[in-house]
Amino acid sequence: MNRREFNKSLVTISGLGAGASLGALPLSVFAAWPQNAFDAETTDAVAEALYGTNGAEASDAITFKAPDIAENGAVVPISLKADIANADSVAIMVANNPSPLTVTFEIMNPGKPDVGTRIKMGKTSQLIALVRAEGKLYTATSSEVKVTIGGCGG
Amino acid sequence: MAIKCKAKMQGDAVEVKALMKHEMETGLRKDSKTGEIIPAHHITEVVCSLNGNPILQCNMGPAISKNPYLAFTVSGPKAGDTIQISSIDNKGETDSGEAVVK
Repeated sequence: MNRREFNKSLVTISGLGAGASLGALPLSVFAAWPQNAFDAETTDAVAEALYGTNGAEASDAITFKAPDIAENGAVVPISLKADIANADSVAIMVANNPSPLTVTFEIMNPGKPDVGTRIKMGKTSQLIALVRAEGKLYTATSSEVKVTIGGCGG
Repeated sequence: MAIKCKAKMQGDAVEVKALMKHEMETGLRKDSKTGEIIPAHHITEVVCSLNGNPILQCNMGPAISKNPYLAFTVSGPKAGDTIQISSIDNKGETDSGEAVVK
């Protein structure tokens, strides 16, 4: 193989590499997972770990949708809507879970958040949300969700 | 393993729904036969991106139910765009899926 052919083959190989990485996202888009926030055992500690403050302002603009009674704590469908403009971060916590933080959403194009998921609840508890918009932190607490069978194992 | 997802325009934002397949072990449960603690194995991050640029990132704890379901609205994509959803778990295993915005 002469030099020209060798260079050509290099181009082909790197071309293949680029093509293959298009399908799957590079791992670098996955930022550091906030381990200390998920390990925190109180909701105040979670707020501190995530946003560096626990001075959140109570807001009526955040509304939850969650069952009054969850028969199976392993699968509790919840959703949250916040009528707060330019929100860029949402965290949802279960007050009585061993580690309260369940999920956080980081929104790159800030807007009015509308998110939903299914969570595990160990026992009857309230849900607490934190929403950050324009550097300010808002919070809201849901009505109690009664859990008849816990979903945190044991 | 693949992430199933759907994306639909709702006004000027896109409503994305995604369903992942994952055990989501908390690390708190014990094996009923051996009494040993089952090690934690759960998705830690889910990223939704448009043309390779992340538009929403979701951090998950072990308190998300088995076979996680996520729904969210984001602004940015328009009808006809393709969005990608990818996930990574605490063992470094990744998964992905994509949907065309309707």
